[in-house]
Amino acid sequence: MRYMDDTVVMKRMTKRITANKVWKTLFFLATTFALVTLAVLLYRIVTQGIDYLNIDFLTNFASRFADKAGIKAALIGSLWLMAVVAPVSIILGVGTAIYLEEYAKKNKINDFIRMNISNLAGVPSIVFGLLGLTIFVRMMGLGKSILAAGFTMSLLILPVIIVAAQEAIRAVPNEQREASYGMGATKWQTILRVVLPAAIPGILTGSILALSRAIGETAPLVVIGIPVILQFLPNGLLSQFTALPMQIYDWAKRPQEAFQYVAAAGILVLMTVLLLMNSIAIYIRNKFQKRY
Amino acid sequence: MVLDFKEEKTIVKRNQATTKSITDVAKNIVYDTRNLNLWYGDHHGLKDVNLSIYENEVTAIIGPSGCGKSTYLKTLNRMVELVPIVRTSGEILYRERNILDKNYTVEELRTRVGMVFQKPNPFPKSIYDNIAYGPRIHGIKNKKILDEIVEKSLRGAAIWDEVKDRLNQNAYGLSGGQQQRICIARCLAIEPDVILMDEPTSALDPISTLKVEELVQELKKDYSIVIVTHNMQQAARISDRTAFFLSGEVVEYDKTDVIFQTPADQRTEDYISGRFG
Repeated sequence: MRYMDDTVVMKRMTKRITANKVWKTLFFLATTFALVTLAVLLYRIVTQGIDYLNIDFLTNFASRFADKAGIKAALIGSLWLMAVVAPVSIILGVGTAIYLEEYAKKNKINDFIRMNISNLAGVPSIVFGLLGLTIFVRMMGLGKSILAAGFTMSLLILPVIIVAAQEAIRAVPNEQREASYGMGATKWQTILRVVLPAAIPGILTGSILALSRAIGETAPLVVIGIPVILQFLPNGLLSQFTALPMQIYDWAKRPQEAFQYVAAAGILVLMTVLLLMNSIAIYIRNKFQKRY
Repeated sequence: MVLDFKEEKTIVKRNQATTKSITDVAKNIVYDTRNLNLWYGDHHGLKDVNLSIYENEVTAIIGPSGCGKSTYLKTLNRMVELVPIVRTSGEILYRERNILDKNYTVEELRTRVGMVFQKPNPFPKSIYDNIAYGPRIHGIKNKKILDEIVEKSLRGAAIWDEVKDRLNQNAYGLSGGQQQRICIARCLAIEPDVILMDEPTSALDPISTLKVEELVQELKKDYSIVIVTHNMQQAARISDRTAFFLSGEVVEYDKTDVIFQTPADQRTEDYISGRFG
């Protein structure tokens, strides 16, 4: 006796295929919703900001008058900030990842640490701001300087970099390590010559994406209390500075309507920087990714 | 070095039927395993293994999956320690020094004992850099010396003629069989004393397998080789001695002809005649 009755099977077949189509449409709509919202937002910002976006806007300092307001101090300030955040967070993050993946023994304490680093990536940025204010600005007496803000931002993105680097290191096949150990190499030689060369594209991609998060972060800067109207450029790591998202935030909350357009222009500058960084990350990923 | 009398007696006792074939050799012992036990956590992986490996011979280790043959091989260069839950007891004397002793550094051991793995695992680097990897980690920087080592090793692995014009190309562009011979060349570059091979042909096609087997015959003139294999015909073809492992124990260890023609143990006979395994 056959259990599969042809007429029933065929009847159900149409139903199953229809259900598949319905789900496909639903998922497509979900994607469209996000994309359309983003497109509308972008369109609004571009139409609002494009008129203010010119060379003067890039080379002027902040001003009380919308027409004269420029983003120079904030743009340069953000670059200074990155000059601190990039080396500090990448060196600490990659070092931690190497320790956790290659050296640390697999025991409960280390598992607990591993798990909590991922959790740390989910801590709200304002909490890191408070930490930075307490430790770097006050206890270490760095003031509202580039260094204090840079350290704070480094802490903020450190978990993201650690997790990305851990994943990149884990993706290097064990056979590769065994080949190296099998010839009498030490752990460090193996890491330096086999693991890191293979993991670096992944590490860099993750790091750049983390840095682009740091460049757009506002909350920690607000908590630290960095100024928004500066008429000079930073001259060292301990000097005061302002940053792009801070400047945009300040413009956006002003009552005059003209400043809304200035803010939009500022957002365009920030987004250009972000897109640039993300393209570099994608480029590195595609160009150097090794396949085994 | 003369055969340790006491050790010899142990072997003889284990293989009563074949006393003569063991005693008529006076070859040097490279590895002398004494009462080796190994645990993976609670699993008793190797049980009282006593085995001597002789110089300039090919020693094959056969047995069904999970019998501990690969584990034993990896104990010979302590690669087994990469699994953190492993414990061992007993002794493995390599050239009369116990390698399981804490003072014996794995780096030193693995410089003298090279390994070829189941799956060809060249580095994603040029052929040249693959071969020069070993000498480089041991501090050789002189380009001329490296060039010579690379050529000598590639010739030793019978692959020089196939790759001499493309030493700067990525080793991943080679076929599986060529990659495995590159790995053998890479292992020769550190000028080892012993070469451990963990099923080196299981991922290769028959023609590449044949080439590797011929190579093994060639290499035993200068090296002592221990090879783990699933393929009994292979063991019969290329080895001088064969050890049959079963659930962590050495059932029988003798000259290869004896194992394949007149095995002393019923289980050996059952295995080689394909009744189980």
